[in-house]
Amino acid sequence: MRILLIILRKEFLQIFRNKMMLPIIFIMPFVQTLVLVYAATLDLQHTNITIVDLDHSQMSEKLCSKFDASSFFDVNFGQCDYDNLDKMLLTETTKAVLIIPHNFENDMRTGIKTQLQLNINAIDGQTAGLINIYVNQTILSLLKELKPFVNKTDLMVMPASIQAKPRFWYNETLNYKHFMLPGILTILISMIGIFLTSLNLVREKEMGTIEQINVTPIKKWQFLSGKLIPFWLIGLFDLALGILIGVILFDLPIEGSILSLFIFSGLYLFTAIGLGLLISDFADTQQQAMFTIFFFFLIFVLMGGVFTSVESMPVWAQYINKINPLYYFMKIIRAILLKGSGIKDMMNEFFALLVYGIIAMSVAVWQYRKTN
Amino acid sequence: MNNSIEIYNLNKSFKSVKALDNLKLTVEQGGFYGLIGPDGAGKTTLMRIITGLLLPDSGDIMIGGLNPVTDYRKLRLKLGYMPGKFSLYQDLTVEENLSFFAKVFDTTIKENYHLIAPVYSQIEPFKNRRAGKLSGGMKQKLALSCALVHKPEILILDEPTTGVDAVSRREFWEMLNQIRQKGITILVSTPYMEEAVLCDKISLMFDGKIIDSGTPTEITSKFKEKIYILKTTRLREILKIARQMRELKSVNAFGQNLHLVVRDNLVGIHEIESFIKKACDYEFEIEPSQADIEDCFIDYLVS
Repeated sequence: MRILLIILRKEFLQIFRNKMMLPIIFIMPFVQTLVLVYAATLDLQHTNITIVDLDHSQMSEKLCSKFDASSFFDVNFGQCDYDNLDKMLLTETTKAVLIIPHNFENDMRTGIKTQLQLNINAIDGQTAGLINIYVNQTILSLLKELKPFVNKTDLMVMPASIQAKPRFWYNETLNYKHFMLPGILTILISMIGIFLTSLNLVREKEMGTIEQINVTPIKKWQFLSGKLIPFWLIGLFDLALGILIGVILFDLPIEGSILSLFIFSGLYLFTAIGLGLLISDFADTQQQAMFTIFFFFLIFVLMGGVFTSVESMPVWAQYINKINPLYYFMKIIRAILLKGSGIKDMMNEFFALLVYGIIAMSVAVWQYRKTN
Repeated sequence: MNNSIEIYNLNKSFKSVKALDNLKLTVEQGGFYGLIGPDGAGKTTLMRIITGLLLPDSGDIMIGGLNPVTDYRKLRLKLGYMPGKFSLYQDLTVEENLSFFAKVFDTTIKENYHLIAPVYSQIEPFKNRRAGKLSGGMKQKLALSCALVHKPEILILDEPTTGVDAVSRREFWEMLNQIRQKGITILVSTPYMEEAVLCDKISLMFDGKIIDSGTPTEITSKFKEKIYILKTTRLREILKIARQMRELKSVNAFGQNLHLVVRDNLVGIHEIESFIKKACDYEFEIEPSQADIEDCFIDYLVS
């Protein structure tokens, strides 16, 4: 225990003198939460939409003003010049074009089925989908107001329409930042667990200092604990820092208990650190370690559901995610923060991470002996 | 007297390369023992086996009465090891490094200050400097201090003077002498033949084998052939000429001079002189000399 404390003291001394690690530990949480959360957002604000009103009726005017009033859209009115409209979509001066046909109001009143044409730039499929939803909602809101009007004049009987009114549970306002922030935090503490741990261990090999350590009475468990515990603590510290930033700046909800969040995070960091140690077993230089981690890390992050929904991935990809520790933690941290889940609700993920962590750590520690 | 290091029939191979070949080595307690040999002779491999960093393929090894394979834990308390490559923390200061290695051996700088004083006192003025910012000579002194701070019985030094300037090298050997007077057994390796005479016993190592062992004078006195030193400003030209003389067993440049070894006392100084004069008219001086360790080494390689 005494020796462990000596090593820990030495490690912290070195970490606080390391010009590469310090910014990662203290600046990255700010950069990631501030820049990435704002930048990697899918919230629609002020999307350019061009409306071509061929009807010029009361009803079409009303529809246009609906769009105009929405903060999601910035409306331009265009002429019915298809070449020009095409060009506008191509040059991205407008994201979508909505065309209101002749006799729109008339057809509506007389009960003839009428159609609006909506063209969306779908280079970014996700955004296009969102635009589609918002446009449809805006049109629906017009129809709702029309109902009494149509009935009063009694010119026709509107077919009773079923309206599904969605309510977005756990993120009522579909605040994309609340969705992104836990993801960003996951990336952050994964980087600390895997990258920093691994680089710090390989450094001893690369600098040759391990040679001097190996002729001292320091035991393997003492050395490894001394090397790993700092990053476990730093990971938790950065998580706390990130959540604090989230609460202050983004109103990040914390529905679940902080305690269970940190229990899960501690467990996840244990797994991540195990992986970091495992990689360091096989790398002789920091560069080798970097490239190896980079390879796995990208896959972990892209598949883990930070940016995209795991449920919409093909089945085989979902199976791959079973060995992706990031996937589990991603699910856990969102469930705790947004949904208020506790450990009881996430037993599967808890045991998955536990087993994963124990296996990764044991293999890594066992392998470490061999490189000695 | 007890032996601090006893090694018999030691073998170690790396894949197909035989690094140590049936090696035998004994170092008396309190001895100051040198392993002399060129790069690749197996000196580092031997030292890493002694310190328990490397496992031997076969052989009987006793270091301070302990087997480094099975008793490595106890052995670590008795051994001080200074690897050939500087292996201390460059981002820690001189004092932090020393105090770290003292503490992991459950001691303090203060407690063993008397032991490290001859070395540490020289770098103590820089104790708040990062180890990475020290000069080569100071790094060696720090490494030696760290290897000594836990009061080892046996000190293993792997090429401590390689890459260090001549003045620092001499200083370093003087410090080793002071340390050995405190009763610590020293095993030191070096590729510099002229440093061999500073040890009381040496082994010449080549190709994983020990060619010869003994005191430096014992080894040089075994050298039976006559040897001459030739001084000249036209070293390369005369070397070429002398090598044509069949009666000379070997002709080699040692720094600014040539060493000429006569085959079976076939010729004397005058014959050599006239042979060279016949071939050229460069000026040179020639005089009889004693063989040194390097002559012995080259003699082994030639025959």
